[in-house]
Amino acid sequence: MKQMFLTAAVLACATVAKAEVVAPGDVQFGEYGAIEASLSGVPGNADSGLEIMVTRGKGNCIACHAVSALEDYPFHGEVGPSLDGVGARWSEAELRGLVANAKMTFDGTVMPAFYQTTGFNRPGNAFTGKAAEGELDPLLTAQEIEDVVAYLMTLNEY
Amino acid sequence: MKKFLKASALAASVFAIASAAQADEEADLVVNGEIEITVRTSAPEHVDGLRDIYSGWVFRSDETQAMQMDDFDNPGMIFVEEAIEAFNTVEGSEGNSCASCHDTPENLAGARATHPKWNDNAEEIRTLGMQINGCRTEQMGAEPWAADKGDMLAMEALLASVSRGMPVNVQIDGPAEAAYELGRELYYTRTGQLDLSCASCHEQNYGNYIRADHLSQGQINGFPTYRLKNAKLNGVQSRFRGCVRDTRAETYAVNSPEFIALELYVASRGNGLSVEGPSVRN
Ligand code: HEC
Ligand code: HEC
Repeated sequence: MKQMFLTAAVLACATVAKAEVVAPGDVQFGEYGAIEASLSGVPGNADSGLEIMVTRGKGNCIACHAVSALEDYPFHGEVGPSLDGVGARWSEAELRGLVANAKMTFDGTVMPAFYQTTGFNRPGNAFTGKAAEGELDPLLTAQEIEDVVAYLMTLNEY
Repeated sequence: MKKFLKASALAASVFAIASAAQADEEADLVVNGEIEITVRTSAPEHVDGLRDIYSGWVFRSDETQAMQMDDFDNPGMIFVEEAIEAFNTVEGSEGNSCASCHDTPENLAGARATHPKWNDNAEEIRTLGMQINGCRTEQMGAEPWAADKGDMLAMEALLASVSRGMPVNVQIDGPAEAAYELGRELYYTRTGQLDLSCASCHEQNYGNYIRADHLSQGQINGFPTYRLKNAKLNGVQSRFRGCVRDTRAETYAVNSPEFIALELYVASRGNGLSVEGPSVRN
């Protein structure tokens, strides 16, 4: 029993080490807000990126952005620009920076930072209206950011 | 969907102002064919971020707009009827009803238009609800009503209804200045993990859709509002709580000094619009 537990623990450590997740506080932004290195070390999956884009409890990106390719999912917002063609307009590193913390690219933008856990005013416990307890989780995980970036890279037509 | 795509193509700039093309944003509001409501006018001088101000009514669908044009179609008016009875009912140790001092609700026309307001005797800013409770406890010897709940919202709806058509005219200087300044600061302060302020949505983005919601200027001239979504009257500060919660922030409490100040400030952003409560919203 003990042996098995130990093996499991060792295996778990090994996978974490291999994945090389960059913690939100350790992300390196370039001068214009781009992030060169993958946040998870694992290539993004565009299909799950799509799901994250349209799901309210996840990215909910279409709350603010129209995307022609996502026409089947109702109610696209107008707060941000259309994302048609972003894969052609921006590099992968730039898109990673935009999703992780768009304020590093667009100073003062209303777009929320999806990979940031500190520096907020009166942070809440999700949507309860109560104060947050302990450390915040980022709105999206490192892998979810990579998945969204992979999806955005497919949007290379206007 | 088609319509949406066209609209968003029109809204080319990020912070596009209400697209004038939408017919319902041009509509005028006359209640019962006689009470003319100002739903759009120039912004008061003290509001830097807006040129014109609009009632939330302007941004609602044709059907929702229509419900407010006739009191028989406005579900909020049922609560007004209830409150007329409460107005005439003696309660508390002093043997008084509201009518004992004020005679008729119509005598209180104008109260909705000027609250929140500095009260000299109490030396505090009072929202309309606080003033109602002040009367209940000080003049009637009755229990205060719970804020933003049934009896209170019904009475607020009655007092709003007799002020309909009058311009909102909340004082912002003199003894109100400190609350005004605090409210203004809160309005522009970003909160929560989504890091959004009231202004992010209601000043920079009114007229734009955010998912399925058509953003208004977040004006409060129509409160209390009957919302189709929860089929009851809704109070101003409960609405504030909902919006702050949606930024993934810790909200302030109803009747906290912060929310009283914010209510005064937001009311003053609507100075010049007509009182139109109880309004109908989705
Ligand atoms: C609350 C609104 C909001 C949400 C939610 C939001 N964005 Fe944005 N986004 C904006 C705004 C506004 C801009 C424009 C930047 C600026 O000038 O402020 C923008 C810009 C962008 C850009 C650059 C577009 C260009 O071509 O200039 C990308 C890419 C982007 N967002 C992706 C996303 C993704 C992916 C998500 C979800 C994971 C998302 N956004 C969620 C508001 C939002
Ligand atoms: C994330 C976006 C967002 C933020 C931030 C936000 N609101 Fe709202 N608010 C909405 C939406 C969506 C509605 C419903 C549609 C409408 O009436 O604008 C709404 C409605 C309102 C209404 C009702 C208007 C009416 O006519 O019934 C008021 C009042 C209001 N907001 C005030 C505020 C205040 C004050 C703040 C800041 C403390 C705030 N909001 C922050 C999104 C937001």
